[in-house]
Amino acid sequence: MFKILKKTELAPQVFRYLLNAPDIAKKALPGQFIIIRLDEIGERIPLTISDADPIQGTLTLYVQVIGKTSMEMSRMKVDDFILDVVGPLGNPSLIDLFGTVVLVGGGFGIAAIHPIASALTQAGNKTLSILGARTKELVILEKEMSVASTKVHVATDDGTHGTKGLVTDILLKLIEKKEPIDRVIAIGPLIMMKAVADLTRPHKIPTLVSMNPIMIDGTGMCGACRVTVGGKMKFACVDGPEFDGHEVDFQGLLNRMNTYIPEEAEAKEKYLKETEGKCRIAEIVQIYG
Amino acid sequence: MKKYAQPYKTPRTHAPEQNPEKRRKNFQEVSLGYTPAMAQLEASRCIQCKKPKCVIGCPVRVAIPDFLEQVAKGNFLEAAHIIKESNPLPGVTGRVCPQEDQCEKHCVIGIKGEPLAIGKLERFVADYERTHQDLKPIETVPSTGKKIAIIGAGPAGLATAGDLAKLGHEVVIFEALHKPGGVLFYGIPEFRLPKEILEAELDYLKRLGVEIKVNYVIGKIKSLDELMKEDGFNAIFIGTGAGLPYFLDIPGENLNGVYSANEFLTRINLMHAWEFPVFDTPIHHHKIFAVIGGGNTALDAARTALRLATTEKVMLVYRRSREELPARKEEIEHAEAEGIEFHYLASPIDIKGTNGWVSKIVCEKMELGEPDASGRKQPHSLHNSAFTLTTDSVIIALGSGVNPLIAKSSSDIKTDHHGHIEVADPNINLTSRPGVFAGGDIVTGAATVISAMEAGKKAAQGIHQYVMKFEV
Ligand SMILES: Cc1cc2nc3c(=O)[nH]c(=O)nc-3n(C[C@H](O)[C@H](O)[C@H](O)COP(=O)(O)OP(=O)(O)OC[C@H]3O[C@@H](n4cnc5c(N)ncnc54)[C@H](O)[C@@H]3O)c2cc1C
Ligand SMILES: Cc1cc2nc3c(=O)[nH]c(=O)nc-3n(C[C@H](O)[C@H](O)[C@H](O)COP(=O)(O)OP(=O)(O)OC[C@H]3O[C@@H](n4cnc5c(N)ncnc54)[C@H](O)[C@@H]3O)c2cc1C
Ligand code: SF4
Ligand code: SF4
Ligand code: FES
Repeated sequence: MFKILKKTELAPQVFRYLLNAPDIAKKALPGQFIIIRLDEIGERIPLTISDADPIQGTLTLYVQVIGKTSMEMSRMKVDDFILDVVGPLGNPSLIDLFGTVVLVGGGFGIAAIHPIASALTQAGNKTLSILGARTKELVILEKEMSVASTKVHVATDDGTHGTKGLVTDILLKLIEKKEPIDRVIAIGPLIMMKAVADLTRPHKIPTLVSMNPIMIDGTGMCGACRVTVGGKMKFACVDGPEFDGHEVDFQGLLNRMNTYIPEEAEAKEKYLKETEGKCRIAEIVQIYG
Repeated sequence: MKKYAQPYKTPRTHAPEQNPEKRRKNFQEVSLGYTPAMAQLEASRCIQCKKPKCVIGCPVRVAIPDFLEQVAKGNFLEAAHIIKESNPLPGVTGRVCPQEDQCEKHCVIGIKGEPLAIGKLERFVADYERTHQDLKPIETVPSTGKKIAIIGAGPAGLATAGDLAKLGHEVVIFEALHKPGGVLFYGIPEFRLPKEILEAELDYLKRLGVEIKVNYVIGKIKSLDELMKEDGFNAIFIGTGAGLPYFLDIPGENLNGVYSANEFLTRINLMHAWEFPVFDTPIHHHKIFAVIGGGNTALDAARTALRLATTEKVMLVYRRSREELPARKEEIEHAEAEGIEFHYLASPIDIKGTNGWVSKIVCEKMELGEPDASGRKQPHSLHNSAFTLTTDSVIIALGSGVNPLIAKSSSDIKTDHHGHIEVADPNINLTSRPGVFAGGDIVTGAATVISAMEAGKKAAQGIHQYVMKFEV
């Protein structure tokens, strides 16, 4: 049993949690994730470890409400317990002195990019972060990101904050300004990561993306998380989650992410009916992309 | 006790089963097991051989004639205690051992007649003990003060844990999933091995003093070094299994509706997807399934698929013929009776899709040639023999490789080129690293429940000797 110590709503349907998980906190590194199961009937869902405090024994998580499980979690309170938490899973991000690194975070991907940005900055890199969201109130962690990185750029679809447009517009400008970019790391919706990879490919800038396929066990046992990278089948939970963005078959993954749409809607509807809650699902789905 | 004059001629007592028409749509156990009278009748066919061949066929050497004698006399609890001396999970093995290749294969009665139904009797005895709360109190052994870590709660780890606890060691099992049991939990379905049986046998281990910690992926949350140096474990057993699913490496494997058997069975058995939406994990509502393979895993996947509410048809596609099917004989017969459609001598070469979803598979016809290294006839594809099967789902059950997590995190554990952990001393299952032992599928590749338990028991002996060496 893992206790929720703190919970904050950062933006509509985006929550931050501080979770008590001392053994995992001791070992977690930037880029790794956990899999949680809320209760006996729950499904197993992966969440990125956004920060880990080995002394306090805590993990910081950011959760975007998408379907039933994330919604149920958003209704949990401080002092509630999560039944199962397993991790740290996946390979940590490679932290080294690369030179200039551009970090692109979209939506809740910003939470995943944050610990990587911190570590890269500490390792002596010049870190340029680009945060993207649909609208101003969904730009999370801007303050933390400006501490963690050398410089922060923001793009919103509707222009309510930062540059009006997409994260790739800013990235393109940096490339055009002949900023010497040694590496790009992009985490966010698949469409965004694909756009970033397509943009950097002709410029031969090494680009890493973090894959978020459907997972079950997270230990390499089920193959649900398979992605094709450079023509080879890889399991995101043990071989990733970061892969070479220029080699990933985004189209294949986009298709596989649709597998459970009808069933997920069914689960959510049932849950909403049972709890008589209100939800802004249409809007949330739009945010998520 | 009644003795048969001609045990060879006395027919074997068959355990009643759920009617195929009924069971093909439910998850309840297929075989209903013996009544006490049936068990006594069957056990009394045993002629109590002086040199019992049956025992040689059993990897853990259950004292078969001794327990059969007690069953024949009606002393079922005594029989249970005899079995448990060498086999801590009889309710499981009685159900899933390929008895026709092991104990029963060697039974002398089988030479002229039908061999003793040792598996069904073992199962009966275990069930009797479980349902008759007269559990013999567990003798407490003096503590040795030694701590042993077991990685993986599959049959190998559970058998090791049981034996070590009985010797007075403090045993902690670390399991990656949220439920212990390994394949017994996530792989083998309810209609073949009810979870209740497994729970009861796990309970027995807990009563022996074994602690089971779930949600611990060793190699990630802790390394072997940390277990030994920081947590003070004196020895380690690795029983992490062969859980890495193979795919076919043919076009279309990323279409929606393609599953590894592990994913499909895990969704159902571990996550209860067949009870969606009461449980949160879904399985897509398919109408037709094509299962590729012919082992226990393939048959379990096929028969599980058949039991889902929306399923209309399940096909099994196997590249050899019925004779070569590696699955247990009983499962093959059950699958046939339930109406699984078997396509022999066929091998898929392409999975075709419509709008991202599986719509059919293209297969080639095969013929059998000379026996290969495994002794089975090698299949060859026939020229220009492609044909298609219409289906909206494909389950790939081609076996599995070993999980690299532990070996990756600990460079001093030697593995072969397939990633199997090598044992330096096969009598005690010691690895290349002092104090670290291994056994089960992680060493042998995918094998059987009882062979994993055998390896675990050997390792337990090795561990016991190893930790006691340091006694002052
Ligand atoms: C490595 C990794 C790290 C992640 N980190 C975070 C994070 O830090 N914060 C966060 O909010 N979300 C994160 N996600 C996504 C998160 O797991 C999904 O949003 C969650 O599973 C949705 O569950 P649900 O029941 O609320 O929605 P559902 O109704 O189950 O799903 C809605 C959609 O979410 C996706 N999805 C469903 N199940 C999964 C699954 N098991 N894994 C991945 N995607 C799924 C699918 O595209 C699906 O169509 C991460 C995913 C991965 C793989
Ligand atoms: C569907 C199916 C049906 C089968 N049917 C039969 C049958 O009828 N009869 C028969 O005899 N055999 C059968 N088998 C084979 C048999 O189940 C296996 O040979 C046996 O389970 C192997 O036991 P094991 O303990 O080595 O590994 P497993 O049962 O695979 O258990 C390994 C355990 O280790 C855990 N683990 C892995 N990595 C880690 C880690 N890093 N840290 C912590 N824990 C970890 C896993 O989660 C798992 O619980 C079947 C197999 C399958 C898949
Ligand atoms: S453990 Fe398996 S092989 Fe041994 S006696 Fe029991 S059923 Fe037969
Ligand atoms: S070989 Fe057959 S008859 Fe002989 S002891 Fe074993 S079970 Fe009994
Ligand atoms: S989640 Fe099962 S193999 Fe990756």
